[in-house]
Amino acid sequence: MSSIALSPLDLTLAASLLIVNAAISWAFGLRLERSIAVAAVRMVVQLALIGLVLKFIFAQTSPAWTLALMLVMAGAAGVEVVTRQHRRLKGWRAFALSSATLLFIGVAITSLGVGVIIGPEPWYAPRYMLPILGMVLGNAMTAMSLVLDTLCQTVTRERAAIEARLALGAPRREAMSGALRTSLRTGMTPILNSMATTGIVALPGMMTGQILAGADPVEAVKYQVLIMFLIAAATALAAFFGGLGAVLLLTDTRHRLRLERLASPK
Amino acid sequence: MLRVEHLQAGTLPPLTFEVTAGECLAVEGPSGAGKTLLLRAIADLDPATGQVFLDGAERHEMPAPRWRRYVRYCAAEPAWWTDTPREAFVDATGDRLGRLLHSLGLDAAVLDRATATLSTGERQRLALARALMDEPPILLLDEPTAALDAQAAALVEELIKYQTLSGRSVLLVSHDRGQIERLAHARLLLSKPVAAGNEVVATP
Repeated sequence: MSSIALSPLDLTLAASLLIVNAAISWAFGLRLERSIAVAAVRMVVQLALIGLVLKFIFAQTSPAWTLALMLVMAGAAGVEVVTRQHRRLKGWRAFALSSATLLFIGVAITSLGVGVIIGPEPWYAPRYMLPILGMVLGNAMTAMSLVLDTLCQTVTRERAAIEARLALGAPRREAMSGALRTSLRTGMTPILNSMATTGIVALPGMMTGQILAGADPVEAVKYQVLIMFLIAAATALAAFFGGLGAVLLLTDTRHRLRLERLASPK
Repeated sequence: MLRVEHLQAGTLPPLTFEVTAGECLAVEGPSGAGKTLLLRAIADLDPATGQVFLDGAERHEMPAPRWRRYVRYCAAEPAWWTDTPREAFVDATGDRLGRLLHSLGLDAAVLDRATATLSTGERQRLALARALMDEPPILLLDEPTAALDAQAAALVEELIKYQTLSGRSVLLVSHDRGQIERLAHARLLLSKPVAAGNEVVATP
């Protein structure tokens, strides 16, 4: 296993490619220059920091440190899910819902994948646990975010129809079932598309990384297959819990629609 | 019998009144006075303080879906959640549905048309049929004839009159003075909200 180390000059060269983004933004007056710069700087700083953190935690191999970083990752994903919405749910409950759900899904699926299936020594080895948690969380976050966004938009648009059903004596689950179905489908479709096209259209990042690092492509493929199944399960769970949780947050125990719990659109 | 005690929703002052069986109470007032708000609060579709009793049972004593099977709100803007009206009538018995549609001047074929292609008037009358299907004892009707021509409106008025004659209580929001004259036994006048705190009591 060997890979070619990158020098700062190599990375500077790669960063200069952003001129393309800036040029397009400038040519069409998109005013994205600032966002491009902020996103690029954030990406570099965050990755540099996580590189240092991972180096430290890999050296410790302690369950406490591993768990601590898992909590931070899930919390950040939860906040990201809520703040990313076009019309987000107000209040701490939405953050609690998304963070707790993502933490539970992330820990459960990753522990299953690493602890039971891969089986490193020790079973919580951070070198396996954390990168896989990152991939699982990233995809679960996207799925949950899509479900919440779709659900909040559908419910807002179809408010009259939902309330008509409530007025006829339908319980909230029944009145919201159409909106919930639409949003679950939206949340679960991306992973299906990516499973169906992976290897033809795109080589997945992790597999590419392993191959670049000198691994046997067949071994890299096996890992990728495992990851894809983990991600598929995680996105389904995130969509389900996210959708169900949001239905409960948007209604109350008197089976009323509570759209005032949504912030005004951004 | 529906009894409303100190019910306070949104910008409305607390209201106390009752509607006996077979009575039609007209709720009047300028736009923005909170007529819809009042009907929605009685159906427990919006949070409100105060009590609403149906034959002595307060709304919070039973699950909300059950309350709304007795206290039926029919919105001014009819909304449909199915592709054809028939799908929303799955629990309906053919006989009763047929009679209801006939009394509203609708042909049974309307049930199988795409909901999106129905006229506003057809949608409104179908929504009324849907609301009356399971014979709720209390009807909260929000401008039931607003989108209808004179002929269809007359049919709806007949149906409302029939409901009160069969012992059901009706709360009717309408901007049609003549309609209120023809149907209402009592009136509740809501004024534009000025300041909270003054109790309005309906006088029959």
